[in-house]
Amino acid sequence: MSTLRDFFATKWGIISVGVFIGIFAPLLQKWGNPGNMGVCVACFERDIAGAVGLHRADVVQYMRPEIIGFVLGALIAAYVFKEFRPRSGSDPIVRFLLGVFAMVGALVFLGCPWRALLRLAGGDGNAIFGMLGLIAGIWIGTRFLKSGYSLGRTQTTYTAVGWMLPLVMLGFLVLMFMHPLVQGQDKSGILFYSLKGPGSMHAPLIVSLSVGLGIGFLAQRSRFCTMGAFRDLILFRQMHLFLGIIGLAVAAFVTNLLLGQFKAGFENQPVAHTMSLWNFGGMVLAGLSFTLAGGCPGRQLFLAGEGDGDASVFVLGMIFGAAFAHNFGLASSPKGIGPNGISAVIIGLLFCFLIGFTMRKRSA
Amino acid sequence: MSNIVDARGLSCPQPVMITLAEISKINKGQLVILVDTDTSRENVTRAAKTLGWQVSDIQPEDVGYRITISKD
Repeated sequence: MSTLRDFFATKWGIISVGVFIGIFAPLLQKWGNPGNMGVCVACFERDIAGAVGLHRADVVQYMRPEIIGFVLGALIAAYVFKEFRPRSGSDPIVRFLLGVFAMVGALVFLGCPWRALLRLAGGDGNAIFGMLGLIAGIWIGTRFLKSGYSLGRTQTTYTAVGWMLPLVMLGFLVLMFMHPLVQGQDKSGILFYSLKGPGSMHAPLIVSLSVGLGIGFLAQRSRFCTMGAFRDLILFRQMHLFLGIIGLAVAAFVTNLLLGQFKAGFENQPVAHTMSLWNFGGMVLAGLSFTLAGGCPGRQLFLAGEGDGDASVFVLGMIFGAAFAHNFGLASSPKGIGPNGISAVIIGLLFCFLIGFTMRKRSA
Repeated sequence: MSNIVDARGLSCPQPVMITLAEISKINKGQLVILVDTDTSRENVTRAAKTLGWQVSDIQPEDVGYRITISKD
């Protein structure tokens, strides 16, 4: 067991996890998920917000089993390797709002960092601007970190607290079994199901759940983080996490080629728009929010699975952020940015700067 | 008497940042870092090794670890 534990902390450990995700994400697309969206944490949490009716954008409503699998897979790994540590209390309200604005930024771009990599690996040139925005946002975040920005310390807490988000996810899974998809119906019991658009495109439940569990398990072990990859490179010249996302991008590129899913260009890319400035701007906001919150959206799910109650609050922030994004016209669509997307990005950036400048190190 | 860095409860990447800050302050000798997660344990030891420090001891303490690193 300890050999396996050590392996995931090595260079080849993190690379193999990236490769695993990079192979299975395009496969999930082949098996039914939307284009260049084999896995997208932001998009899938947005679909979950739609499935429970927090927003009524009828093209993005589906209870994505991948997200459920991410949290539960990480929970299983944490218990198997005795790493489950219930903890919370590090400025949860700020983390909630960082989650909200991270989601707003991601939905202006149309994807989280995971999908930005998958879009690149699928030939979507617009993702270049998203990636540049992400790096810029993370760079700004590292300036705040260097100036002493901190959300303060967590406290060890009750086991039940660490179980809150895993239980919510289990509840979502139970709802999916109680109210399964009925072909041609936009509602089953209390759950909404898209009949058209990305929300209607999905791999079979058991496949999505299995891949999600596998990724959740491996990513918890390896600490895979798409934001940390760039952050550590900028702050410490440390390549470790970066090797993981290189593994993901290269494996996804090769798998896309093999599956005939690679299509280079800017126009008519799946679930993407060509407004470069806002592909960039949206991801500046998302990258900065992830950095200030200490993890990319995937990493927050894995942390939630190992008992981190604050990461759980961030996840809930993202789900509610998705609801705001679609209810208030902030989210983009393939036609371009939403009517209020620009204002939302500016407000989000102001929020991040407010906390970045004011939440400086307290006494140790 | 070792210097002690208390990184318990801090989010990434702060445990590594405060460890590196202390390392650059003392340059050599012995340093104890307290962490509360395995992620921090891995990150702190990895960063220390990169700078040529040796991890001389890791002991479980409370819910986390007491890491001792040294450099001659």
